[in-house]
Amino acid sequence: MPIRKASSHMTQNEGLIFERTSPGRRGYDLPELDVPEPKLIEALGEENVRSEIEDFPEVSEVDVIRHFTRLSTWNHSIDAGMYPLGSCTMKYNPRINERVSGFEGFANSHPLMPESMVQGNLQVLKTMGDLLAEITGMDRVTFQPPAGASGELTGVMMIRACLASRGDARKKILIPDSAHGTNPASAAIAGYSVESLKSDTHGCINLDALDQAMTADVAALMLTNPNTLGIFEPNIIRITELVHSRGGLVYMDGANLNALMGLTRPGDFGIDVLHINLHKTFSTPHGGGGPGAGPVAVRRVLEPFLPVPTVEVDESGSYFLNYERPQSIGKVKAFYGNFGTVVRALCYVLANGAKGLTEASQVAILNANYIKHGLKGVYDLPYDEPVLHEVVFSSKMQAQHHVSVMDIAKRLMDYGFHPPTVAFPLIVPGALMIEPTESEGREELDLFIDAMKSIAEEAESNPELLRHSPYTTRVKRLDEVQAARHPILRWKQGLQT
Amino acid sequence: MKFPEDCLYTRQHEWVRVLAEKETVLVGITDYAQKELGDVVFVELPKVGDTFDTNEPFGNVESVKAVSEVFCPLAGEVIEINPDLSNSPELVNSDPYGDAWFIKLKISSAEEIKDLLKPDEYAELVAEESAE
Amino acid sequence: MRYIPNSAEDRQRMLAEMGLQSIEDLLVGIPRELRFRGDLNLPPPLSETKLLEKFREYEGRNSKGLVSFLGGGVNAHYIPTVIETLTSRAEFLTSYTPYQAEISQGTLQAIFEFQTFICQLTDMEVSNASMYDGSTALAEAMLMSARITQRHRFLLASTVHPEYRKVVGTCLSHQNLSVEPVEFEEGGTVDIVRVERVLGDDVAALAVQSPNFLGNLEPIRKLAALAHRRGALLIVNIAELLSLGIVNGPGAMGADIVCGEAQSLGIPQSFGGPHVGFLAAREKHVRNLPGRLVGQTVDSEGKRGFVLTLSTREQHIRREKATSNICTNQSLFALMATIYCSLLGRKGLREVALQNVAKTQYALAEVRKSGKVRVLFEGPRFNEFVLLLPQPFSQVASRFYDAGIIPGIDLGHYFPALSNALLVSVTETKSKADIDHFIQILRTL
Repeated sequence: MPIRKASSHMTQNEGLIFERTSPGRRGYDLPELDVPEPKLIEALGEENVRSEIEDFPEVSEVDVIRHFTRLSTWNHSIDAGMYPLGSCTMKYNPRINERVSGFEGFANSHPLMPESMVQGNLQVLKTMGDLLAEITGMDRVTFQPPAGASGELTGVMMIRACLASRGDARKKILIPDSAHGTNPASAAIAGYSVESLKSDTHGCINLDALDQAMTADVAALMLTNPNTLGIFEPNIIRITELVHSRGGLVYMDGANLNALMGLTRPGDFGIDVLHINLHKTFSTPHGGGGPGAGPVAVRRVLEPFLPVPTVEVDESGSYFLNYERPQSIGKVKAFYGNFGTVVRALCYVLANGAKGLTEASQVAILNANYIKHGLKGVYDLPYDEPVLHEVVFSSKMQAQHHVSVMDIAKRLMDYGFHPPTVAFPLIVPGALMIEPTESEGREELDLFIDAMKSIAEEAESNPELLRHSPYTTRVKRLDEVQAARHPILRWKQGLQT
Repeated sequence: MKFPEDCLYTRQHEWVRVLAEKETVLVGITDYAQKELGDVVFVELPKVGDTFDTNEPFGNVESVKAVSEVFCPLAGEVIEINPDLSNSPELVNSDPYGDAWFIKLKISSAEEIKDLLKPDEYAELVAEESAE
Repeated sequence: MRYIPNSAEDRQRMLAEMGLQSIEDLLVGIPRELRFRGDLNLPPPLSETKLLEKFREYEGRNSKGLVSFLGGGVNAHYIPTVIETLTSRAEFLTSYTPYQAEISQGTLQAIFEFQTFICQLTDMEVSNASMYDGSTALAEAMLMSARITQRHRFLLASTVHPEYRKVVGTCLSHQNLSVEPVEFEEGGTVDIVRVERVLGDDVAALAVQSPNFLGNLEPIRKLAALAHRRGALLIVNIAELLSLGIVNGPGAMGADIVCGEAQSLGIPQSFGGPHVGFLAAREKHVRNLPGRLVGQTVDSEGKRGFVLTLSTREQHIRREKATSNICTNQSLFALMATIYCSLLGRKGLREVALQNVAKTQYALAEVRKSGKVRVLFEGPRFNEFVLLLPQPFSQVASRFYDAGIIPGIDLGHYFPALSNALLVSVTETKSKADIDHFIQILRTL
C-alpha cells in the first residue's frame, strides 16, 4: 500500500550554538550607558567580580535566527499534523490566544503592582475562575498550580488539611492501577501511602474491591473519569457515595475533561476536587513540553484550604487579592500562578461559548470512535466498551510476529504521524492510547487509519522493516541505552560532534 | 538460558554462591532476570556495612524504561560491593553470574541456605513464568 | 466553530459509516441521570473582532506606561525582538514533549543548549531541563538534598524570597522534614554566627539566596565551608539570574546545588507567570535530580542526536517512588532563555549586567546626595537596594504614582520590622532621566 502522507524533506544540518561561535560576533545592541561606569570591586566585592564567561558563545543575530529556525524544522507540531496522543488532548492552539496574551498591559505587568493598577488582570483571573467552576460544576477555582501534577499535589494537600481540621487525619490514598504516574507520585509527596486498586475486567473501578479497601484510614480516592481507557465509570455515583459515606473525599484527575464539556459535570457526580489542564482541554500551547497550568476546582467543603491569595471582588466591583485565609494550605508557587496561560485559556472559552465547548467534546468523542471503528479487528481491542474521547488498542496481534508496540510507533513516523501514547496505561501490555481530539478533520483521521492498517500488514509480511524504523526522519532510532549508561548532559569543549 | 550448578536461587531471580570463607556468599541476578530487564543502564547498590533481612530490598537495577528491586536472599551484612558495576552496568547483561556479582554478604544464619532453590528447581520456575 | 474541522455534513457521513444515527448514540456510556440539561451558563461566543475588543477592555483596566522600580524576583529587563519571532514558530510553540525523540530533535537540542547555559552561568556540572519557577525549584532542591544526605533538617535564610519560603513551607510540610529560619544580621545578609551555632550533623542543607531578597550578595564561600564542615549541602537560590553575568557563579564558590529563576533572561513579567525555574548540581548527584534531563547520544547510523534520559527517576516509571511528581518542564520558556543567552553571548551578558550595576550605583549615589532617605545595608549588591523612608510607604505612595512612578516594593508587607522600608530595583531599562525623576520625588518626602 502506498504511503500517502509523508515524504522525506530536506532539513539542514546544524550543530550546537556553542559550535557556531566566532570571536567578535555579536547578536545584541544595548543603549549606551548614560550614567558613570561603576567601580565593580566596590560595588560587588572583590571575590564576586566575574570576567566574561568562558565558552559562552559569540554569534550574530543572523546566526541565532538561522540556528533556531533550522532546529525548529526538525520538530513535528500540531500545526503540521495530528498528535493522536491519549491523555494529552493535543488540540489546535488558536493564535488569537497568543495575540491577546501578548498585549503589553498583560505581558509587562509586575505581580507586585498595586491592586488598583492591575484590575484587568484580577478580572481575568476571577472571570476564568467563575467560568471553569460553571463548566466543571464546582464552587471555586485557584490558578496557582503551574501544571497538572502540581494541581494534583495541591488538591491532595487540601484534602489532607480538610481531614485534619475535622480531627480525622488519615494515612492512605486509593488509586486505580490504570492511573497516570503523577497521581501516586503526588500522593506520596503529600505524605500519604498509596494503595493500588485493581481494575475490573471492564477496565473500571471494581465496586467490591473499593468497598473492601475503603476503610476509615483512607483519606481519598484519586480517579480519572473517563478513565485512561476512555471509559466513563458507569458506577461513578455509587463510587463517590461510598467514599463519602466512609468519611473520605474524591479527587478527580481532570486530564480527560475534553470528553465531558457540556455533557456532564464532575461536580454533579460527586467529585470534591479536580485539577484541570489548561494546556490540554483549554488549548494553550504545549511549547515542546511546557509551560502548562493546572488550576484546581473545589466544592465548598474544601474552599477554606485554597492556596493564598484568592481573587475576590468587593461590593463596589473592585477586584482584590485576599490574604486573610487562616486555613489555607499556603502557597504552591510564587505569586498567583501562570497568569499568561490563563489569559490564553480565557480567550479560548470566550471564543467558544457553551455551544462551542459542547461541540468540542462531542466531536472529540466522534473522532475517537471513528478511529475505533476503523481499526477494530486490525489491532487488538482489550476492552470493547463504549469509549468517549480516547480509545486504547494493544499490539497483541502484532506481537505474534515479534513486533513491539514501540516498533509500530516508530514506523508511524514514516507515515507522517506522531505516534499515539504507547505503553500506558500499565494495565494494558503493549498499549496504544489514541486521542485525536476535535481538531482533526475526517481526511486526517482516514489517513491515520490507512497508515495504521498498512503498518499492521507490514507487521505480518515484513516485520524486520518495522524493527529498524523510522527511515525518513532526520535521525534514525536513537540509542537510549547509551544515553542512560553514559549520560552527556551538556556541551563542553572537546565534546564529540 | 544458563543455570550454573554452583549457585542456588531465589523466587525473585537472584542467585547465591556460597564461598569458601565461612558464612560468606556472593549475590547477583540471574540470566533470566537480565533478559527480562533488557539493557541495564544503572545498578544501585547498598553501602558496605548495611544489613538486611531475608527478602528485604537491598538495591535496584535500571533499564531505560523500568526499575526493578533486588531482594536480599539471606539475612546478613554487606561486606563488599562490586566496584565495576557503576562504570559498566552492561556487565549484568553480558556476565550475570561472574563479573556482575552485586554484593558479598556475611550471612547471619547458615540455616536459611536450605530454603533457596536448587538449579533444577529454579529452571522449573523459569519455565513456568515464561509460559505465562 | 472554526476550530473544529468536521462540519455537520462531515459528522453525518462519519456516523453513517459507523452505522449510527447521531452523536447521542456514542454517549451511552454516560448514565442518563448524569447528563447535563440545557446549556452551560457561559457568555455567548465571540468572533475574533469582539475577542480583541474584549481583551483590550480587560487590558484597559490595567495601568500602563508607569516607570517601575519593582524587582523582588520578577525583573524588568530588555527582551530582544527575535525571541518572540523564534518562539512563535509553530514547530516550537505547538509541539509536544519530546518523548518521541526522532521527530523532536529541535526541542531536544535547544534544551541541551539550555542545560549547558545554566551550567556555565552557575558554574555547576549538570542542570535539568528546567522547573516551573524559582519557588518550586527551591522546594525541589531541598527535597533533593534530603535524598542525598538522608537527613531531615534544613536551615533556610529568611533573606530568601518570602514567596519562595512560603512555597517551601507548603510543599515540604508532609515529608517529615523540619525547616528552620535563620534571620539576617544588621548588614542585611544571613546571620553567619547563628548559622554556625545551629548547624548540626543532622542538617541536610543550608539554603540561601544571592543576591538575597534585600538585594545583598551573600558570603557564599564562607557559608559553603561552614556547611561542608558538618556534612551539610549548600543550596544557593538565585532569583535574579542576570547577576551571574558579572558575579561569579556559586559553583565556583562551593555551592552544591544552585537553583532559582531564569525569568531575567528574556522572559516577560506576565503578572508572575509563566516563568522558568532551573536546578543545577554536581555530576555525582545527577540521579537525584528531579525533572526532565536531555542527553546526547547517537542514532543507528552513528549520527549525533538527543533524547530525554535517566527517565527512571521520573513519575511515569517510579510512580510513588519518583524523585518528584513533576511532569512538565517549561520548555518554551527555557528556549526563550536559551535564545537570550545566544544573542547576548559572552560579551553582551556581561555588558547588560554591568549596566545594571552602573545604574544602581548611580541611583545610590544620588540617594545619598539627597540626604533625605537612608540606604539600609552597606555591602555588595547587584541591582536592588533598600531605602528607609521617613514614613510608611502607604502614606507616600501616591506622590510617586501621581508622578508616574512605581518606586518599589513595600517591605512592610513581608517583614514587619521593616515597615518603612522600600525595595528598589534599578535595571538597564531605567534611563538616567527616570532615576533623576525618582530622586526628585524622594527629595519631596
